[in-house]
Amino acid sequence: MSPVQEELLIATIKVVVFFNLFLALFSFMTYAERRLLAFMQFRLGPNRVGPFGILQPVADGIKLFFKEEAMPAGANKWLFVSAPALAIVTAFLSIAVVPYGPTVRLFGRDIQLQIADLDVGVLFLFAISSLGVYGIVMAGWAANNKYTLLGGLRSSAQMFSYELSLGMSWVGAIMLASSFRIADIVESQAGPWGLLHWNFLRQGLGFLVYLVAATAEVNRTPFDLPEAETELVAGFHTEYSSMRFALLQMAEYVNMMTVAAVGASLFFGGWLAPVPALQRVLGHDIGLLWFLLKMGAGLFFFIWLRGTLPRFRYDQLMHFGWKVLVPLAVLNILGTAAWVAFR
Amino acid sequence: MTLDAVLFYVFAAVAVASALVVVGQRSPAYSAFALIVTLCSLSAVFGLLGSPFIAVLQVVVYAGAIMVLFLFVLMLLDVKREERPRGRGWALKATAIALGSVLVVQVGTVLAALGPVPGAFRASTRQVARLLFSAPYLYVFEASSILILAALVGAVVLAKSDS
Amino acid sequence: MTGGPDLVTPALLLSLGLFAIGAVGVFLRRNVITVFMCIELMLNAVNLAFVAFSRARATLDGQVLVFFVLTVAAAEAAVGLAIIIAAQRHKDTLDVDSFNLMKW
Repeated sequence: MSPVQEELLIATIKVVVFFNLFLALFSFMTYAERRLLAFMQFRLGPNRVGPFGILQPVADGIKLFFKEEAMPAGANKWLFVSAPALAIVTAFLSIAVVPYGPTVRLFGRDIQLQIADLDVGVLFLFAISSLGVYGIVMAGWAANNKYTLLGGLRSSAQMFSYELSLGMSWVGAIMLASSFRIADIVESQAGPWGLLHWNFLRQGLGFLVYLVAATAEVNRTPFDLPEAETELVAGFHTEYSSMRFALLQMAEYVNMMTVAAVGASLFFGGWLAPVPALQRVLGHDIGLLWFLLKMGAGLFFFIWLRGTLPRFRYDQLMHFGWKVLVPLAVLNILGTAAWVAFR
Repeated sequence: MTLDAVLFYVFAAVAVASALVVVGQRSPAYSAFALIVTLCSLSAVFGLLGSPFIAVLQVVVYAGAIMVLFLFVLMLLDVKREERPRGRGWALKATAIALGSVLVVQVGTVLAALGPVPGAFRASTRQVARLLFSAPYLYVFEASSILILAALVGAVVLAKSDS
Repeated sequence: MTGGPDLVTPALLLSLGLFAIGAVGVFLRRNVITVFMCIELMLNAVNLAFVAFSRARATLDGQVLVFFVLTVAAAEAAVGLAIIIAAQRHKDTLDVDSFNLMKW
């Protein structure tokens, strides 16, 4: 097998593995969110389908599969059908550039636990998040419904407003690693003091900006006004049912997982252990487990936020994004640049 | 046919097809989405020509920001009306053909004058940045930031309603 | 990837084709926003030509110029669309032929 074919085969296997991993994580997340939210609200949540309700996602999937696919009368057929597809494609594209672990040795060759090791990895993430706006805009507009249009426009305006501060919050981490490659940024957080080298401490302001901007970017509470059930019906996905709705939900959850994964890589040391001694167990590098742990912690944080905070009003949201986060992010960039230049 | 060449022709075909949709399609919203497809396939072509930085920048700036602006304007102005392309008679067509042949001749001479192309070339972001932030491009860079500020202020003032 | 040394000529031809399609669009279309989009198409064709030449000469000046074209195109799109919104507010139409007050 020629080297190119070998590379393609390895890449295909990685894609299949990570894609299915994210799908499984998505279905688990739907269950975990409902359960955890319920516990936070002092009730039980789904506990009937299977032991501890663990088969709830299966039941949800079957229900959504058999539901009728309705399309509103004046809807733009092409756009209505392709909007969820676009949303899910852009959601899944981002998972390709995140490093899930160190280079492992499997079957006699070094395999990077990353689908695409781009030199401009962080910029690629920025590009894909810019494209993510289109799924929502299309979905809101195609349904020929004033409320969905408004919800779609609001949601996309929110997304690209916070995208700016999101991108700028990464610049500090990029400057410290002097590379756009995400694996380089992860490695720049390695050091003898483990946890204390991670960017959430070295780039505290950048991390806080990222936290807020990422929550707004994925339309999660407290920034989920455009899709909250009590506002504008259900926002841009009002007219969607059955599998298309499932795709839109999947896109949102996968976006959330991507944002958690990126946060873990850029600010929490990716696959590095908090104490260097714990990096290797029995001679094997367990970086992948550390990464999944951090990603899980991020996802739990998102659920925790949802159960705790009330939502922002839309104008408060936009005001905060533009007038507070962007200046803070710029301040972070200036401070980091000064430190890097004069050290 | 190397993988690069195959990918190039695929993306080139997609770019041309969606460009034809942009020009031929009667609904402006479809044209906008087709233009997004064109921009993304051009970004892939940039990557294949050895400039990954510009490829990603194209998606971030053009497909991700400028086209969102277009779509917002289209949706806010509710341009669902379709329009018939105007037939303007023979004068326009003759001019188009004349100018087109001039263009083809120009490109032909340029292609003939191109020397041999160097073998491997991949521009890293670092190299592009080094060139960008050195004179004279540094001054152009600073000037373009003022240009963006002017455009920002201008757009806000122009689009404000007279209330 | 070697960055495609033998892709320069096809890239220039593609650039020519896209420019021609954009130019035809500017002449033929009636909706002012669509005309604007065809102009953006032409700008992209020029960007492609810049990148192809940058590849052909193995210098980075072409890419830096594309950077600036991108910046200027963004600024132009913002101002142009603002003008279109303002004009539409006055005339309530987006037909290019109807903005003819300065015609002699």
